[in-house]
Amino acid sequence: MPLAKRIIPCLDVNKGRVVKGINFKELKDAGNPVELARRYSEEGADELVFLDITAAEEHREIMKNIVKNVASVINIPFTVGGGIKNLEDARNILLSGADRVSINTAAVIKPELIQELMSIFGRQCIVVALDVRRNYNKEGKNIFFKDGKNYWFEIKTYGGKKSTKIDAIEWAKKVEKLGAGEILLTSIDTDGTENGYDIELINAICNRINIPVIASGGCGSQKDILNVFKETQVDAALAASLFHFEKARLNEVKEYLSENNILIRS
Amino acid sequence: MIRISIFDYGAGNIFSLESSLKRNGAKVSVINDFNNVVEDFDGVILPGVGNFDPALISINKCKRKFLNCIEKNIPILGICLGMEMLFEKSEEGSLEGLKIINGEVLSLPKNRIKIPHIGWNNLDIVNEKSKLFEGVPNNSWVYFVHSYYTMPKDANIITARSNYGISIPASVETNNIYCTQFHPEKSSKIGEKMIKNFVKICTQSK
Repeated sequence: MPLAKRIIPCLDVNKGRVVKGINFKELKDAGNPVELARRYSEEGADELVFLDITAAEEHREIMKNIVKNVASVINIPFTVGGGIKNLEDARNILLSGADRVSINTAAVIKPELIQELMSIFGRQCIVVALDVRRNYNKEGKNIFFKDGKNYWFEIKTYGGKKSTKIDAIEWAKKVEKLGAGEILLTSIDTDGTENGYDIELINAICNRINIPVIASGGCGSQKDILNVFKETQVDAALAASLFHFEKARLNEVKEYLSENNILIRS
Repeated sequence: MIRISIFDYGAGNIFSLESSLKRNGAKVSVINDFNNVVEDFDGVILPGVGNFDPALISINKCKRKFLNCIEKNIPILGICLGMEMLFEKSEEGSLEGLKIINGEVLSLPKNRIKIPHIGWNNLDIVNEKSKLFEGVPNNSWVYFVHSYYTMPKDANIITARSNYGISIPASVETNNIYCTQFHPEKSSKIGEKMIKNFVKICTQSK
């Protein structure tokens, strides 16, 4: 049997608490990261993503203690991101118990960092996170057209706050070449809306690269997860509020996907 | 208490492996040399993180002492890269492998499947007598994260296979050397069972 699709709860952490926002704003408290991590690991999460969402903009280090506390209560893969600027930061996070590091802003500022990390830690260790938003101006390379409007997909940095003028599709191809092992693809347009994943964006990226992609942003129900696996070639679906606010339990979601012929780890 | 050492190449997460061993009753030391290993330890783990050449550079510094552990029949568990290092050579690097197992390490086929192989696959256990798989049901889900796979010359040492576009050895076993391409320390409860089995193997070899 081939590879199972992965369901990944995401812990967005701000000041030691898990939070959840809408379009990267209006943060709402969602609980204690260690308790949530333990619960998700026990309920069948296939992996855990931990993002220190304000580390980059506050120019500070990620909270290593929380990473360590989370790592010691789980026995599933663990990806950590937020504010990783160099080799030393990455090493410290890995020493605190992360299996993989996710870089975003730092990779945009200094793309060679991807290569550097890859040569030491191996490709599989490097996740490059893409925070993407539709831009209705005309500077992009790959232009899309919908509802009478032209737009392109732009990479944002510093927790979605800064424009880069970088075309997301071109960037995805470049990070693959530089040594990224996986892409964590977040749509800021759909993030927190709970109206479903950004199928258009996910297809635009997945069809042009050959490394695994995690879909993120917009999950409001188990149906959204089913939909993203049916409509795209994505390898994993990330969800936050769905699990934090107990709208669905992991085991229920996995059962539902299995019943609908998606290969899932039971 | 069973004493297990983890060899650290300085390139990744060994914290989870350490936690898992401790939960299963082992006393763990993280080492970067093999001084006194034969006297002081009941088992050695080569963990699964890093890149082929840098990892070999770090173990080559104490290669003779490592080979001594093998001669003394101390149980060895090689995980992922720790498995690959034991072969003759790898397409990931230009350095020679440790040449403890005959065969080579190849890149997963490009353009047919996504690389790296990241995620959960079923285990097809082909050697049910393997002590590492005691109490592990066939078809159990385990976690892989790798871009290369091993091709042992002697197919009889393969104890389990997995399918990711092609059939790959998921684990091999020879004498007192146990290797997994997947990560037991990341494979939830079933992986924890294998860690427990390795601790038991170390106890029995004492």
